[in-house]
Amino acid sequence: MSTREQGTSPRKLSYLLAIREAMQEEMRRDKNVILLGEDVARHGGGFGVSKELWEEFGDAQVRNTPISENCLAGMALGAAMTGCRPILEFMFMDFSALAIDQICNEAAKVSYMYGGQTNAPIVFRCPQGGLSYKSAGAHHSQSLEAWYAHIPGLKVVFPATPYDAKGLLKAAIRDPNPVVYIEHKALYSTEGLVPEEEYLIPIGKADIKRSGNQATIIAAGYMLQYALEAAQNLAIEGIEVEVIDPRTLNPMDEDCIFTSIRKTHRVVLVQEACRSGGVAAEWGMRINEACFDWLDAPITRVAGADVPIPYAQSLENKVWPNPTQIVDVVKNACYFK
Amino acid sequence: MSKIETDLSPEIQLEMLKTMLKIRYFEMTAGSLYKRGLLKGGVHACIGQEAIPVGISAHLRTDDYITSTHRGHGHHIAKGADVKRLMAELMGKETGYCKGRGGSMHVAAFEVGSLGAFPIVAAGVPCAVGAAFSMMHQGKDQVAVAYFGDGALGQGTIYEAFNLASVLKLPVVFVCENNCFAVSTRTEATVALKDIPSFAASFGFTGVRENGQDVLNVYKTARAAITRARENQGPTLLYFDTYRFEGHYFGEPEIYRTREEVQKSRDELDPIDIFSAYLLDAGMMNKQSRDEIEISARAEIEEAIEFAKQSPDPNPEEFAKYVYA
Repeated sequence: MSTREQGTSPRKLSYLLAIREAMQEEMRRDKNVILLGEDVARHGGGFGVSKELWEEFGDAQVRNTPISENCLAGMALGAAMTGCRPILEFMFMDFSALAIDQICNEAAKVSYMYGGQTNAPIVFRCPQGGLSYKSAGAHHSQSLEAWYAHIPGLKVVFPATPYDAKGLLKAAIRDPNPVVYIEHKALYSTEGLVPEEEYLIPIGKADIKRSGNQATIIAAGYMLQYALEAAQNLAIEGIEVEVIDPRTLNPMDEDCIFTSIRKTHRVVLVQEACRSGGVAAEWGMRINEACFDWLDAPITRVAGADVPIPYAQSLENKVWPNPTQIVDVVKNACYFK
Repeated sequence: MSKIETDLSPEIQLEMLKTMLKIRYFEMTAGSLYKRGLLKGGVHACIGQEAIPVGISAHLRTDDYITSTHRGHGHHIAKGADVKRLMAELMGKETGYCKGRGGSMHVAAFEVGSLGAFPIVAAGVPCAVGAAFSMMHQGKDQVAVAYFGDGALGQGTIYEAFNLASVLKLPVVFVCENNCFAVSTRTEATVALKDIPSFAASFGFTGVRENGQDVLNVYKTARAAITRARENQGPTLLYFDTYRFEGHYFGEPEIYRTREEVQKSRDELDPIDIFSAYLLDAGMMNKQSRDEIEISARAEIEEAIEFAKQSPDPNPEEFAKYVYA
């Protein structure tokens, strides 16, 4: 654990509480920071992330809404263009599909298409993913970050630790642009050190979560846990891998990633989302464009299967990536028999 | 001819006529520029519909908000937008409201409260709801007006917006301009909604259906709605019947209606003729002063074209400027 995560007065906090604390601090700092969403008030949102906030801030800053995702995103946009800084919680990221028009056609574009007359400081909080969040099936388990990372005008962040979750959410709330803030449901209960004093984590900065020199693994969200587990197992076999957590998916921190690959000469990309058209494809292409001459092995990836997320656990377990796969793919990349 | 009694002074009424004429000439000019290849893309004229935004805007302050549509030049001019910057935007110039990044369909004029044109037909309505929410949250008394056409009644978002605005009792006025056509399809073929008062009542607010060709009728109808919004009494739906004299966009073939039908509407429903006849009859202007207003409106548009033509194109090197704030 690095000193930055301890601060001067470290304490253990869950990923869920880190997100809540970020909202609470920002809502205290600025009364125009408002939380909107289905059941976000006394109920605390779909996962209890916003519990206790309504008690402190009341209807003025914490507002239950109808189940009207597209209208809510549009309402957040109108509020953002007129002085508010809305945080809109989608109960599940899957439901943001109903709001894609307002997120991608409107919020992402108002700064550009109106020639800088306005901007849209909105945070779209999107709980996504499956894994230890089990058997939720096709409409409550998807990983949809690539949809939003594709759209110019949006920023997309995906923290993997409580420390990053808090610092990135505070930065997202203060950012003048719409930010898709992805929370992994299976990470809510995980704990880590979070300093008492205020800090922000800049959007667009990746983080090296483990240093190594024989291969680089890039993994965000819950996949970071698998990557670190794989790295530990590989170390036992004598392979030292560097693990990079991009933290922000758009804009991508090319410097951090390219520097690592020019050191290790091998790279394995990991994403929970289904393989086709995912963020790993984008990482891979950019690495190919910038680092081809440094590579000693083909760029490879470990990804979810190209199927809707099934219900039965025997099927579900087959769909997600796992640490063993990561170990195998890294060994292949290192020509390790 | 209007038979509406109004509290508006003659000066304001003549100013409203001038604004309607400015909208008319702006649109006619846009049409001829489009035919000469000086405007590109889709340009959607509101000729025949000028009375609605002018009647509504007579109640609005500069700091009140509107959201507009692809057929939005009239909304902007009525709200006080500078026709020079509007025309420059249509011509894709750096001096345009959106610095040439938006064009006709994505124009916005924040200096006069326009939060933008949303050519995805119902998409601006939740934005107006959001502006209204924001005013309520900040304890301000500005109101928001959402303009949309009959075509927008086919998109579910609008019903979400009606519901949300009612539940939160927001200071927003929904203004539907039923111009008889969604592109080529007549309203009655796509919109089941007919009884506006009972429809709105079922959502918990007031709705009225009125003639949108008489600017004084629009003005009179809008008064209670704007007052309700201003006093935080919740939303209102104003549904105006109007007629689109031009095609859906300039150059559209219009195979869905006869020339006779259009001519009949131009003869009988022209909001500028209707208002002019009233003002002449009421003695607020004579033929000469009518001509002077017309000349002055035309001159502003001529000046706008000249301004736009002389304005520079956006610098190609700045193609990515404004993607992020």
